[in-house]
Amino acid sequence: MSEVLVLVEHADGDVKKVTFELLTLARSLGEPAAVAIGDVSDALVASLAAGGADIVYVAAGPEFGEHVVAPKVSALQSALAASSAAGVLVPATAEGKEIAARLAVRTESGIITDAVGVSAGFVAEQSVFGGSTMVQSAVTTGTPIIAVRPNSVAAEATAGAGRRVDLDVTVTDADRAAKVTDSVAQERAGRPELTEAAIVVSGGRGVGSPEGFAVVESLADALGAAVGASRAATDAGWYPHQFQVGQTGKTVSPQLYIANGISGAIQHRAGMQTSKTIVAVNKDAEAPIFDLVDFGVVGDLHVVLPQLTEEVTRRKG
Amino acid sequence: MKIVVCVKQVPDSWAEKKLNPADNTLDRDAADAVVNELDEYAIEEALQIQERLGGADECPVTVLTVGPEKAIESVRKGLQMGANEGVHVVDDALHGSDALATSAVLAAAIDRLAPDLVLMGSESTDARMSVVPAMLAERTGRPQLTFAGKVDIADGAITVQRATDYGYDVVEASLPALVSVVEKINEPRYPSFKGIMAAKKKPVETLTLADLGVEPAAVGLAGAWSSVQEFAARPPRAAGTVVTEEVDGGTKAADFLATQKFI
Repeated sequence: MSEVLVLVEHADGDVKKVTFELLTLARSLGEPAAVAIGDVSDALVASLAAGGADIVYVAAGPEFGEHVVAPKVSALQSALAASSAAGVLVPATAEGKEIAARLAVRTESGIITDAVGVSAGFVAEQSVFGGSTMVQSAVTTGTPIIAVRPNSVAAEATAGAGRRVDLDVTVTDADRAAKVTDSVAQERAGRPELTEAAIVVSGGRGVGSPEGFAVVESLADALGAAVGASRAATDAGWYPHQFQVGQTGKTVSPQLYIANGISGAIQHRAGMQTSKTIVAVNKDAEAPIFDLVDFGVVGDLHVVLPQLTEEVTRRKG
Repeated sequence: MKIVVCVKQVPDSWAEKKLNPADNTLDRDAADAVVNELDEYAIEEALQIQERLGGADECPVTVLTVGPEKAIESVRKGLQMGANEGVHVVDDALHGSDALATSAVLAAAIDRLAPDLVLMGSESTDARMSVVPAMLAERTGRPQLTFAGKVDIADGAITVQRATDYGYDVVEASLPALVSVVEKINEPRYPSFKGIMAAKKKPVETLTLADLGVEPAAVGLAGAWSSVQEFAARPPRAAGTVVTEEVDGGTKAADFLATQKFI
């Protein structure tokens, strides 16, 4: 059985959830082989084995994170050469897609991004045009490189053999062209990452002010969710741009999406329509968001959300 | 210093889009065509850099696009905003090109124009892959300064704030370089009446694949390295329950979340 490479996403010594989802997907396509780059500990390798990796390719060292993307491309390329894998799966995050893009150029391989499923023969399913159309695509040249959205598959903990293979990667001068000199973390308040979160609670125009986001954040924290915002809210300066969900912002596909004071214009739908369950709270009964919902409340979010938050806290109690 | 801004003409991002059943490509006649929104931020950034560096003589700005005849409108928009000249790569063989082919054509044009700085939007609102900037950096060997929320240029060096999930990274490189921008970088200007009139006299060079030395077989639908096998309209979501209930709305919503095992 051919290997299927999975680019590992990890931070602060922990493997991110999307990696386990991709390992699960890889098992349905071949032999899952994780590619761990950067600060790779024995515990990280063990965690990948427990999450389903039969093989763990390791390119360890600080130099992979000191320059933008390119050194990681060299590492993944070296794993591809060592494995003759049948395909490569990466998380469809901003950096995952950039690594995939450069790997595609280097290896003369086709690339498909933002897949929400991959079936036998590496046929990728994508949801396009704000979720209105489902597309089946396949790579026709080279090794299929597919970027898969977080939350597309449920991770199943089937332990793999976890054989460690250390890669000998040559990081070239060209790979070092763009140097990362500082990393600035902005307020996150311990919330999960927006694109990875299982639950996202968002606010839009109806939130009314920067202070208004407090009720959105409280609900998010009660649910252990990430906070998102519509473009109307970020353009108004009520919430930071990096939390924008929609066509010019992030695309999320969580288990549960709660839209508050968001009308549901295509700009926004494009970023959240593949969410599994959608709940909306809006004063306007005619808001298009209600066409999408599994459950909707027509009402003032400043009344509804505090009550919902209290109920969630009480019932989780 | 010379700047090239890559722009893409896309269907209006606020319009409903669909695929053309004949060849599974985007039906570009189904919606009004506009300049990709994030590319307008790239044009604006180029113009602001030009202003800081002493104007058009010191720092000319060229708008580059690859696309059908009609795509010249997006070059015009850039010229109306204040860019100095345009380059339009147009060739019948280009229809249906994937991101890899598009990046190869753009790379050939950039190598020919040899600017110090390439600017572009970080994503187009139609394909939304967000991969062309990285591909272009790979192909042209330029430092990849993507997802920039701020750009500073001094003494042949460039520093950007690269947006990340948790904040931003500060990234440094030397010129020539390639930058893609995110929307928080600036607020694009509207073309003035004077700008619209002046744009009519600005030069636009038209190039074919032959001019760039790109093989027609390497681009277009036939040259694509991935293909759409089939597509279907997503079945509309089953109608949900909507309650008009301000007083008890929160409790009702909590009941729903409980039935779905979220709490």
